[in-house]
Amino acid sequence: MMDLTSQYLPIAIFIGVALFIGGALMVAPFLVAVRNPDPEKVSAYECGFNAFDDARMKFDVRFYLVSILFIIFDLEIAFLFPWAAAFREIGVFGFWSMMVFLGVLTIGFIYEWKKGALEWD
Amino acid sequence: MASALFFYLFSVLAVASGASVILTKNPVHAVLFLILAFFNAAGLFVLLNAEFLAMLLVIVYVGAVSVLFLFVVMMLDVDFAELKAGFIKNAKIGALIGGLVLVELLALVGYKGLAVSPVMSPSSPVPAADSGITNTRALGEILYTKYVYYFEGAGLILLVAMIGAIVLTLKHRKGVKRQSISAQVARGPATGLEVVKVPSGGSVIPPPAKHPEAAE
Repeated sequence: MMDLTSQYLPIAIFIGVALFIGGALMVAPFLVAVRNPDPEKVSAYECGFNAFDDARMKFDVRFYLVSILFIIFDLEIAFLFPWAAAFREIGVFGFWSMMVFLGVLTIGFIYEWKKGALEWD
Repeated sequence: MASALFFYLFSVLAVASGASVILTKNPVHAVLFLILAFFNAAGLFVLLNAEFLAMLLVIVYVGAVSVLFLFVVMMLDVDFAELKAGFIKNAKIGALIGGLVLVELLALVGYKGLAVSPVMSPSSPVPAADSGITNTRALGEILYTKYVYYFEGAGLILLVAMIGAIVLTLKHRKGVKRQSISAQVARGPATGLEVVKVPSGGSVIPPPAKHPEAAE
């Protein structure tokens, strides 16, 4: 277990440094910067005119489609990593099991392409 | 020693951020706390020697699933007054379900006790550190041969998810002109050019003859 901790020590140090820099940059303005707010300064700035409405508006559902397709292919790629790492041991059977897996997902990919889900209108 | 320190760090942060997910008012902040909880769970996986799962958690959950959650939060267009009204309206059902889960958990703790049970499976899921086999390779050696049906089942589930997402959300608007590269490349003087006779003195241009691309 000591071995593992020492292997990941650089990452822990990096995370610590990143947290320190991020925290310092967030805290420093409260300590250093001059703050003298008035209603016009703290209102939302929208290029000359008054803000129309809230910035929280509804997203188009097609963003959701794009991101869920991204997740699916992300997972497909994630399955490829152990396959590549153990490629020497799993033999012909392991090779063809991955080919079947990729074939199934290629069917979905062809469906997606033909339906026009990859096009933006 | 060091790993115990990191274990308590990660687990305390995971529990605290998990509690913050359900306690914060702003749903966007809740998703950000959820991402923090994912990171800490990944750290716990690393401490368990399950390095591949830890990296997968960071790639898939932090990189993709949380983005999906943010999209959902943005799409909901949350109205806080309406949320509060819904809370009172559904409080009875929520209390019933929450009470059932609480009773189940208490029964489980009362039956099994709080002590951690010894390792369930007889074989260690992680190869010994001195065998030279990495965690990712050990997974790969069994996932594609011994557990091949589960693996192909995962592929089928991904296929169903893909088709379901397309069927549910894909709507093409009518009357949108798409780029058709083959039609553009096939366009030549014969189809794209027309010589018209304009009568002298008149300002009326005769309407173009019917072309396949003009008819679109």
